[in-house]
Amino acid sequence: MTDGLLFHPALVMIAGALLIPALRGLARNLAILLVPALALVALWLLPEGRLWSVAWLDYQLTPLAVDKLSRLFSTIFLLMAGTGGLFALRQQSRIEVPAAFLYAGSAVGVALAGDLITVFLFWEFMAVGSTLVLWSAGTPQAWAASRRYIMVHLAGGVILFLGVVGHLQATGDASFTGMQVDSLAHWLILIGFLINAGAYPLSAWLPDAYPEASWSGTVFLSAFTTKTAVYVLIRGFPGTELLIWFGLFMVFYGIVYALLENDMRRILAYSIVNQVGFMIAGIGIGTEMALNGAAAHAFTHIIYKALLLMSAGVVLSATGRRKCSELGGLFHSMPVTTICGTIGALAISSFPLTSGFISKSMISQAAADGHLEIVWMFLAAASAGVFLHAGIKFPWFVFFQKDSGLRPPDPTGSVRWAMIFFAFLCIALGVWPEPLYAILPFPVDYVPYTAAHVLTQTQLLLFSGLAFFLMLNYLKRTPTISLDVDWLWRKLFPALFAIVGKAIRGAQSAIGGSLGGLIASTTALLDRQRQPGGFLLRSWPTGSMALWVMIMLLGYLALYY
Amino acid sequence: MSLLAHAPALQVVLPLVSAPLAVLLRHRNAAFAVVTAGAWAAFAAAIALWLQVGESGVISYHIGNWAPPWGIEYRVDRLTSFVLLLVSGMASIVLPYSRASIEREIPRELHYLYYAMFGLCLTGLLGMTITGDAFNIFVFLEISSLSTYVLIGLGRDRRALSASYRYLIMGSIGATFIVLGIGFLYLMTGTLNLADMAVRIRDIESSRPVLAALAFLTVGISLKVALFPLHQWLPNAYTYAPSAVTAFLAATATKVSVYVLIRFYFSVFGESLVFAKLPLPEIMLLLSLLGMFAANFIAIFQDNLKRLFAYSSVGQIGYITLGLSFDSFNGLAASIVHLFNHGIAKGAIFLLIGGIVAAGAKAGTGPLPLSFDRLAGLSRRMPLTCFGIVIAGLSLIGVPGTAGFVSKWYLILAAMDKGQWWLVAAILASSLLAVAYVWRFVEAAYFRPAADEVRREAPLSMLLPAWLLVLGSIWFGLDTSVTLGSALDAAQHLIGSKP
Repeated sequence: MTDGLLFHPALVMIAGALLIPALRGLARNLAILLVPALALVALWLLPEGRLWSVAWLDYQLTPLAVDKLSRLFSTIFLLMAGTGGLFALRQQSRIEVPAAFLYAGSAVGVALAGDLITVFLFWEFMAVGSTLVLWSAGTPQAWAASRRYIMVHLAGGVILFLGVVGHLQATGDASFTGMQVDSLAHWLILIGFLINAGAYPLSAWLPDAYPEASWSGTVFLSAFTTKTAVYVLIRGFPGTELLIWFGLFMVFYGIVYALLENDMRRILAYSIVNQVGFMIAGIGIGTEMALNGAAAHAFTHIIYKALLLMSAGVVLSATGRRKCSELGGLFHSMPVTTICGTIGALAISSFPLTSGFISKSMISQAAADGHLEIVWMFLAAASAGVFLHAGIKFPWFVFFQKDSGLRPPDPTGSVRWAMIFFAFLCIALGVWPEPLYAILPFPVDYVPYTAAHVLTQTQLLLFSGLAFFLMLNYLKRTPTISLDVDWLWRKLFPALFAIVGKAIRGAQSAIGGSLGGLIASTTALLDRQRQPGGFLLRSWPTGSMALWVMIMLLGYLALYY
Repeated sequence: MSLLAHAPALQVVLPLVSAPLAVLLRHRNAAFAVVTAGAWAAFAAAIALWLQVGESGVISYHIGNWAPPWGIEYRVDRLTSFVLLLVSGMASIVLPYSRASIEREIPRELHYLYYAMFGLCLTGLLGMTITGDAFNIFVFLEISSLSTYVLIGLGRDRRALSASYRYLIMGSIGATFIVLGIGFLYLMTGTLNLADMAVRIRDIESSRPVLAALAFLTVGISLKVALFPLHQWLPNAYTYAPSAVTAFLAATATKVSVYVLIRFYFSVFGESLVFAKLPLPEIMLLLSLLGMFAANFIAIFQDNLKRLFAYSSVGQIGYITLGLSFDSFNGLAASIVHLFNHGIAKGAIFLLIGGIVAAGAKAGTGPLPLSFDRLAGLSRRMPLTCFGIVIAGLSLIGVPGTAGFVSKWYLILAAMDKGQWWLVAAILASSLLAVAYVWRFVEAAYFRPAADEVRREAPLSMLLPAWLLVLGSIWFGLDTSVTLGSALDAAQHLIGSKP
């Protein structure tokens, strides 16, 4: 049962999130750095097992359950929160870091939850926290994006909750264990998870929302939502074959859109979808090696993607520009940012001696071991694609290529140190993967640095690098916008409403009759109902109320007789 | 023992006596003391009854020792005692609060009248709940309604008068329908005692006057319940009434009407007639869903905080009647427990809003500081008030860990028992609308810049009662033995009582 000495790391983070807004100056900075550290210590002091147990209604809840998988994910979430906090120390917004801590704490809460109800609870907190992070950017675009974002996630939460309720009703057991997609309830749970994972076609919220956050906000956003989804999929649906194809589709979808994209942070957002695709494919393969690979890849991905977005955030805040076609030549004045961004780019392309190499190759190896040749080939082709879009495209267009004439200085202090720390981790994990392998959920008997692995990967990268520079002219981005599914709700639906409204008004002028007038005035009324004093908002006269009473009575009488 | 044996009578008589005393004393402090004492005594009696019912089952009390069906019977079962607990408990909390609150909202020379009317309203609500006599229900209904009209009209805002008048017209129509329904039943059965009526109605239950009685009672009580689309009196009445009155009415008045509806459906007409033979569940399901969506949707666009939560009440009533329409054990339990849980959450919110009004009046910012522009940055000025509203708002949404979740959970279970997934989805989707309107408050109070950041919290005598209810809506979300236990017992009793 509950042991008083056990701190729940998620609650430590959330308590910190509530405390920080009240602090100023040095105390605030110290709290931002100490709270994640404290939570990390609390996490590693916890023994394994189902630690807290609460009876609630008819169910046994386990808000704190620790095993190797949950500890791995909690560790990287807290590491990310701490380094992100360091990176964002200079953030002017007073809401962003506390919101990010709420967000990170809830992600840890999901990772440490032993039952589905607790998962759902923290899942919703995560949606709130991330929306606040996005919203605190303070621009009108961010405000609009945050509204679309919260709607998608609340709808996802409803789907997940429906599934959870159905699962409880069917089994009477709340604990969160492996499931099969064999019933409506489990399908709903899977869909709820996949929405957060950014699985196509439920992915458009991700590149829609993430690039609108502030220069530091995107760093937080990139880390938690999709990776929590990866975690729950590993725990809930390992070996579900469907996920292989979902994952592969995401991999290529991410590559194609990232190649088309011009906004540097949007490129990186699409590459999140791409990378999560690798993990989901690994979960679909479902062997111990594959799950290890998915977990390890989530771990390393959080670090290098945060590093990439940090360098992009630094560029954004220094130049105020976000389009590749307006940037370039920044290496002249920003050597540190350039080096860190390039290290991140190498890591995401799985260059040998970087962290991406030691994790992604596990997934490919699992596909090969499982004799899934097609999957293996797709994954290999995708690795080349990753190098194209994120490994070369991002650093080349932002830091090198033509000289845009911009000479912003390198960042100093906390921002610089946060980047250097993550760049160091990218290299360190690549050179010395044993500590990471030791905390993976299953025992590892995999050696990344064999001659065959290194040669294959290097060849792949060299040839795709060659391809990039040969095709450079085609890849040069013009300032365009690419369409995605989010176009449906951003443009098509409003446009449809407008067209319908126009058609009705057109019909009215054509007919000129009273019917058309009635319909047109109805649409106008629907417009007005949003405003105070509108159709639905005004007080009703007594007569109409009495009329309703009579209608009800007559209705009942007619139905009874 | 002798005093305890008379608890059912004391339950009603004590607040009844306190009201004329308050008028005779004509002094606001004395009136306050007398009526509060009456309410607390009633609360004590309600607790005693609740315990007694738990031990010995249904209590039947004969007024003046006239045996029913000739005399008037007071009948207390699980459901009755649970509702009595809610009503008298809310009165005991709201009355101490009103002292500071009406100071700023009602002219001083009318204070003694406020207390007198409050005592009468409480009497009426308790009487409607406890009595086992159909005509007596009507009498107490009128007592509570008439005093409610006065209470609403006491508001300083002149629109309070027209809201009160509007409610008077509508309430009278509703009461007329109810008395017509009771008249039909009396005509057909020759008795006014509910238990006796239930027995006699069996033989004639398909006769037209009985069906007409059912229709009249359903519409009449639906109006008092504010079931969509008969809710139109409610938003204005809640918005312009004095804060303490709004809180008390929102927490109790519609709830007691729901109780009367349950009483007539399950204890008089019988489940089989109401739910199996007639299309009533379908109609009620439809109206409840309409209420849940339309009212919650309208709530989102309100510019006045009180009006926003008034519409939210209409939506929440939809949940209660939705549970009823399922005609199942879980559904009935959900209705009963939501009646209580929503009562305390909404009571808390309106009490806290009263605090905002009071603090605004003190600072001289005018009579109506409840539009969202005025609420900008309120959390800096009134942190405790805002945090309380947020917590009670979470209970309205039905976030796990709050009381609202427990009731919504049982509602969802009931829908799943019926195998209707789309209803589960509808319940959850309407909760999202609740998220939207609670978020509007959060956004205004926490994220908009404040005009000034001077701490100006509501007085302690107003904060304490409000926070008691806020904590209640957390407490009853975690420890469900009292609320859910009573509701399950009551549902068992009602469903089991079918012939």
